[in-house]
Amino acid sequence: MKITFPHMGTAYIPFRALIQGVGYHAVVPPRCTQKTLALGTRHAPESACLPLKINIGNYLEAQQQGAEGILMAGGIGPCRFGFYGTVQKEILQDIGIALEMLIIEPPQQGWSAFINQLSYLTRKVTKGEIAQTLALTWAKFTACDRLEKESLKTRAYEATLGDTSRVLHHSLELVDQASSLQMVRQAVRTGLTSFKAVAKDLDREVLTVGVVGEIYTLLEPFANFYLEERLGELGVIVQRQVWFSEWILHHIVLSAFKKRRNGNLLRLAKPYLTHFVGGHGLETVAHTAAMAKTGADGIIHILPFTCMPEIVAQSILPEVSRDYQIPVLTLVVDEHSAEAGIHTRLEAFVDLLHNHKRAFQKASKGVETFGKKEMYPIA
Amino acid sequence: MPDQESLCLGIDVGSVSTNLVLIDDHHNIVYKKYLRTQGQPIPVVQEGLASIEKTYPKMKIQAVGTTGSGRQLAGAIVGADVVKNEITAHAVAACCFQPDVQTVIEIGGQDSKIIILREGVVTDFAMNTVCAAGTGSFLDQQAARLGIPIEDFGEIALRSQNTVRIAGRCTVFAESDMIHKQQVGHSMADILAGLCGAMVRNYMNNVGKGKQIRPPVLFQGGVAANLGMRKALEEELNCPVVVPPAFDVMGALGAALIAKEQVEYSNQLTRFRGFGVSERSFQVDTFICSHCANHCEIVNISIEQELVARWGARCGRWNVKEKNSKYPHSDSAS
Repeated sequence: MKITFPHMGTAYIPFRALIQGVGYHAVVPPRCTQKTLALGTRHAPESACLPLKINIGNYLEAQQQGAEGILMAGGIGPCRFGFYGTVQKEILQDIGIALEMLIIEPPQQGWSAFINQLSYLTRKVTKGEIAQTLALTWAKFTACDRLEKESLKTRAYEATLGDTSRVLHHSLELVDQASSLQMVRQAVRTGLTSFKAVAKDLDREVLTVGVVGEIYTLLEPFANFYLEERLGELGVIVQRQVWFSEWILHHIVLSAFKKRRNGNLLRLAKPYLTHFVGGHGLETVAHTAAMAKTGADGIIHILPFTCMPEIVAQSILPEVSRDYQIPVLTLVVDEHSAEAGIHTRLEAFVDLLHNHKRAFQKASKGVETFGKKEMYPIA
Repeated sequence: MPDQESLCLGIDVGSVSTNLVLIDDHHNIVYKKYLRTQGQPIPVVQEGLASIEKTYPKMKIQAVGTTGSGRQLAGAIVGADVVKNEITAHAVAACCFQPDVQTVIEIGGQDSKIIILREGVVTDFAMNTVCAAGTGSFLDQQAARLGIPIEDFGEIALRSQNTVRIAGRCTVFAESDMIHKQQVGHSMADILAGLCGAMVRNYMNNVGKGKQIRPPVLFQGGVAANLGMRKALEEELNCPVVVPPAFDVMGALGAALIAKEQVEYSNQLTRFRGFGVSERSFQVDTFICSHCANHCEIVNISIEQELVARWGARCGRWNVKEKNSKYPHSDSAS
């Protein structure tokens, strides 16, 4: 059987390894484009959030490439994501698309169901092969995140626009092709070396911006209008606060064993929000405070339109922003968002941060900063 | 006479209007031109340049900045030293007019924004996202429907004795509510004043939500000409709202100020292509890159077959190398 799955940033790389490792043919959907979104929007309920629409588009495009089944994650808690799999299954049935859907519910829902679903998925292979596959999948998750993290630092300094993205795509391809742990490690090493070799302009005045918010819109560049690349080009080191590998570690592995997840971080959210609100709402508040403490210049908060957990966070962030003196820009995206509008806001926010930083440094030192003439004494 | 002087030019290409401003060394506006864009940014910019040349044939341009939604295109045509987003441009212009400004309300043809400043530094801003209610285009449309010139809109609204309440969540519903109020027999003045109130409420809910609005408040953009909107804002905010004399060209003024700073700071010569631009022919062609699944729409701008700018690509594949700039079209402040 040929199995597909929804896109979410670079996660197609480990997903492909996982599906192939348990004895199926993996169909990676074509990269998300306007066509994907248009397909999804046509069939999804209007008020559903953006990720659901893009997912549906992914399935339909994958089906055209021969996919017969879908692997999807379930979920618990107040976020609508928990219903995605079931709703998507019904939508596909309604429009007469025959795709079998396997939804893996997290183990918090009950271990027996979790194990049943996993053993159904892995029924073709031996226990040893399962262990190998999990190890390779996990290695690919962390490898992709490692490479992306490095690209976010490099891009802010690149001397020629686009160099960093080229290196990133090339090294991700190597990770995708790797068939052993050693090859994955080698791909990461090659990638890191190439990032070092990218021609850099180290005199550039760069900013550090933390990016927080809803996980899908953070991870899928199509959903966030290539936010990280655009910021990098504007000379911003992006510190994304949510990573797929960390999410798996905290939300599936640790939380399944009732271990405290990132307690120190969440303590920072305490004065503003004392309990879990679904999705990453609580983390968004905590990360904003944590980033401010580490001296980031600003925060960009991104969420899909109608995302409940992040709306809760959005209403709290102005207070965090005031307390920690850190500028916050909230971007809400859906199928009606226009790229130009998002970019205008990003550019204006970067200007704001530059001026903010200068004013702050001037105030703290009481002298003119950087030993050169102020660019915008009037702003 | 500014004939021999060197002046800085700011161009704001917006959805509805294209504004050109010339400023002297003391940041005074010596010339301003307000043109309707009418969906044709290139000829309009050329027309604006031609009329400047006619007024000041011997003048030298020291720096050029562009802003507004058509900033990239305008920047490529004239050879701008700075291509700046409209939020920063409006903030810079507002600070120049009133250095202690804390809130800037800008309502243009199709967008509205709020900019919060403290001690001359922008600390927060917002732009309308989901709704264009309360912007110039809608007021234009309603004035036309009621058969009154848009210039008289505000004055008529000020004559209102008993303002009626009009639903302002959505412009379509606002319109049907207005028609209803007309049919019930309310006066034109009361209805227009009610419409202003509804537009301001919509603005406060959409754009001003959660922002710390403190005086001095500046009101700029084309809609600031509307006295009714100004009064409605004052009533809503409970503080005086100042409309700067150059309210309709503040974006262009900001672009000129930023360009002046940039050229003086970097000690470079301007990249302005000269007024001859108004007579040259520009070609704009687009194609869809099929190199990857992104299918980017690439735009080529050329002057007499020579490629001068290109954009639209998500990757660096189609970048045009520019001689004078390290980061082509970079919009960051440094």
